[in-house]
This record gives sequence, C-alpha cells and structure tokens, in this order.
Amino acid sequence: MDTRATRIGLWTWAALVVLFLYAPIAIIVVYAFNESNIQSWPIEGFTTKWFASTWHNQEVRDALLLSLKAALYATGIALVLGSAGAFAVSRFEFFGRETISFVFILPLALPGIITGMALNSYFVTAGWPFTFGLRTIVIGHATFCVVIIYNNVIARLRSTSPSLGEASMDLGADGWQTFRFVTFPVISTALVSGALLAFALSFDEVIVTTFTAGAQNTLPLWIFGKIRLGQQLPQVNVVVAVIIALTIVPVYLAQRLSRESGILRRE
Amino acid sequence: MTTGAESAGRPKWAARRRLSATFWRRGWLRGLLLLVPPLAFFGLLYLGALVVLLISAFWTVDPLTTEVVHTWNLDNFKTVFTEPTYRTIAIRTIGIAAAVTITDALVALPFAYFMARLASPRMRALLFVLVLLPLWASYLARVYAWRLILAKEGALNWTLEHLGLPTINIAYSNWAMWLVFSYIWLPFMILPVYAAIERIPDSFLEASTDLGAKGWRTTRSIVLPLAFPGLVAGSIFTFALTLGDYITPTLVGGASSQFIGNVVYSNVGIANNVPFAAAYAVVPLLVMAVYLVIAKRLGAFEAL
Repeated sequence: MDTRATRIGLWTWAALVVLFLYAPIAIIVVYAFNESNIQSWPIEGFTTKWFASTWHNQEVRDALLLSLKAALYATGIALVLGSAGAFAVSRFEFFGRETISFVFILPLALPGIITGMALNSYFVTAGWPFTFGLRTIVIGHATFCVVIIYNNVIARLRSTSPSLGEASMDLGADGWQTFRFVTFPVISTALVSGALLAFALSFDEVIVTTFTAGAQNTLPLWIFGKIRLGQQLPQVNVVVAVIIALTIVPVYLAQRLSRESGILRRE
Repeated sequence: MTTGAESAGRPKWAARRRLSATFWRRGWLRGLLLLVPPLAFFGLLYLGALVVLLISAFWTVDPLTTEVVHTWNLDNFKTVFTEPTYRTIAIRTIGIAAAVTITDALVALPFAYFMARLASPRMRALLFVLVLLPLWASYLARVYAWRLILAKEGALNWTLEHLGLPTINIAYSNWAMWLVFSYIWLPFMILPVYAAIERIPDSFLEASTDLGAKGWRTTRSIVLPLAFPGLVAGSIFTFALTLGDYITPTLVGGASSQFIGNVVYSNVGIANNVPFAAAYAVVPLLVMAVYLVIAKRLGAFEAL
C-alpha cells in the first residue's frame, strides 16, 4: 500500500528520530573526556584525568553511597509491599479492590512536586521519627517503587493460574512450602526485573528527593546543584557519563528478564 | 520437597501445618495479612500527607511569624486566580505542555507507523529497545546534555556553522524548554502509539486499498482513527510530566521561564508558605483531572 517514496520518507524519519534520541547521549559521553574546563564543542583534547579526580572527590563518593543505600532500601521495601499488594489484589475478591489498585498507581500518576511537597510538609509537621535524611528519602522513593513491583508482579500473576497453588496444597504441601516451591519460582523473574527498574528509578530520582533529602545530597541532587551553580562541570560530565552507562545495563537486563516467561504460564 | 518438613521435627511441623490450614480455609485472613502492610504504608504516609496538603491549601501563613494559621479561607485560591503573575506562569506551563504534546505526537506518528508496519521483526525489536533505553538513562543527564548542546559554543551552533547556516541562540528560553521537554518525553509518546498501530489488522489496510483508497486516504481514514487512542494515551504522559516538572525550567529555561513547579518549590523551601504552594499545585491537579476525564472518553485507557 505504501509507495516507494513514502517508504523512503519513513525510513529517513525513523533514522532521524533515533539520531535525535541518541545524539545528546553520545555528546554527553564525549564531554566526559574533555581536556578543557570550558564546555565548548568540539572538545579541545582527549583526557581521562577527570575520571581520576572524580573518583577521589569525597562529595561524589558520599552522594553515591547515599544514593545506593536509598535505592537499595526503597527497592527492598517496595519488593515486600508491592508483591503483597499484588497478591491480595489478584488472588482475592474484596470490597474496594479497584480503589486499592488506583491508590498504588497514584504516586506515578501525580506530578512529582505534589508527592514531594505533600511528604515534605507532612515530615516537617510530624517531626521525629521523620527527621530529614536517609529515612525520609527512602520513604519518598518507596512510594513510586512499590508501583513498579506491583505492576510487574500482578502482570505475572494474571498470566499464571491460581490452581498451581491449590494443586500444591492438595498434594500435601503447607503454605510456606507452596510459596517456596511453587509461587516464588513463578514470580521470581518478575521480581528481579521489577527490582532492577525500581532501583534505576530511585537512583535517578530528583524531584521528590529535593523535598525529602533535607541537607543531604544524593547523586542526582549533587549533579543538579553543580549544574545550576556551574561548578565542577568536568566532574559532573564524568558522573553523568558513568551513570548513563550504569543505568542502561540494569534496564537492558530487566527488559530481557520480563520477556522470559517465568517457569509456568497459562498459555 | 519433603526434606524441609521432616527435619523440622514432629510437633513444630504439626503446628505449622495447622497454621497454614487455618490460613488456607480462611482466605480472607490471608488476604487481610497481605493487604495490611502496603495499605498501612500508603494510608498513613502517602494519602495522609496528600490530605493534609490539600487541607492546608485553605489555611494561611502569618506574614510576621511565618507560622501557619489554621483558619479556613480561600485567600490562597483568590491569589492564584487573580494575581496576573501567577496566571501568566500557569498559562505558560499549560501552553508549553500542550506544545510539547503536539510536537511529540507529530514526531511519534510516522516513527511508530514505520516500527509497526515497515520494519522487519528484528528491526522492530531493536527499535523498541532503542526507544525504551533513553527513558531510563538519567533524566538529569539528558537535560544537562541539551544545556551543553544549546550553549553559544555548543554542538548545535557548531553544526549549523559547518552547514553554512546562521547560528541561533535559543539557550535559556521557552524555545529551549519546548525542545528539551519534547526530547525527554518522546519515548512515552512513541510506545503507546506503536502499540495502537501494531494492533490494526492487515486486512483493514488491504480492504481500504481494494476499495480504491490511495495511501493518504487510508492513512486518514484507517490508520489515524485507530492510532488515536494511542496518541491520547501518550499525551497523558507528555502533558502530565511537563506540567509537574520544575527541573528542566530551572536548568534550560531563562529568567522569565518559571513554571508552576518552580513557584511551588520556592514556596515550600525559601518562602516557607506551604498553604499557598498547595493551593497553586491544585491548578495542575485540576487540569490533569479534566484531561483524564476527556482521555477516558476518547478510549485512551484501553490503549495503555
């Protein structure tokens, strides 16, 4: 149905869109090797010296450590709460079920500033135990990480039959054994891919974090601050390039895992 | 399978057995145990915080003590809707969000069509991953990249110069915000549109050709109407995400490029006027609520 001209046109368009998507990413990676302090194009010379100086920057190390901790805790909480919620919603009939899945999705649907602002004024009013720091950052991140796990697990549960668990119980397994040998293997890849995505999301989050971090700096907050003030830009370039390289790996893995079907499927 | 149960010892095993039988017979008990932790987390922290926030929009801040005064009034909303500055900022935010949505729709449609209809299966899988990956590659990094590209000595002007074209200075302006937002959210538009076009059965297009429709007629009468729910679904993301952002305006916008989010942020932080910030944040909430109702009418939720 498509003429030769439209086909060539669409090919070109697709190539341009891919170029548009990746040129900025490529450029930012090139800047990490910029010899000069001045960020102009093309870069003046090639150097890896900024990598060493960034590695020895204590601020960057602290921020990185805080980001990793926050992402780990938030992902851990989300794994427990998200899969519990997914099981409840998919395996049980109860009043208000639709409302509950709506509530879980809310932190993704609402703009980040609203989540951030709400949590901020809540923490300020409540005071202890919500003094700003790692704990409040983790709570803020957990709100939207739960959704990721919830969505992943519920999709997997919908595509597997509940009769597997029933069969296991009929054959004499108790609740724990059924979970350990039947349910868990079925959802395990969904959990791993969800956890990778939740981790990546938390590690990258800025908006909610600006409201919940207090005086602490996560890595994105450090980057944001430095860009805004125009300080230490060579090191910002390095951090940003490394982050891009590092986030692409877990996401690629998550993508592959969610395509693998788990052990048992209904089809 | 049996090792765990046998080595646990008889009495303990029996107790566990009984416990699990109780849970099995009383399904609601299991359901309840599963539901309580996530509901407690969301109810006590998240929903609690949201409700307190919305209520506080009806309070005011004493200008002298900067303490929140708990008397009910609509002063904040009056300021939001009558003060020209705030109106301008709201209109700018909504206007740029709309412009970004339209731009992304125009860019995504031909691309999604190519992906779904012309690309080979391998090519399609590759393009899918290529579209998906930037979504996860650090948001800040991608905004920052554009700050460098658009700078006077940046890659854009260098390219223009080498092509023999006049250079442009759009860094730190509304144009820059439009461009960067369109870039950042583009994958959110491509994916649902692609999903919608992919679902169109080949026979529809063949039937259209058999009935004598030329390429453009088929596009207009078959592809566009069927891709429309996908477009609306994608627009929810591009529109909502732009509406609530304040990082991009801070980094690539100019002095007069404030967004609703910037005002909200400075009122929570520096100005310490949470009630006003809450009232102003109701604007994007209302806009999104209306948008979602319309989107639902247009069938966007089946396309998600």
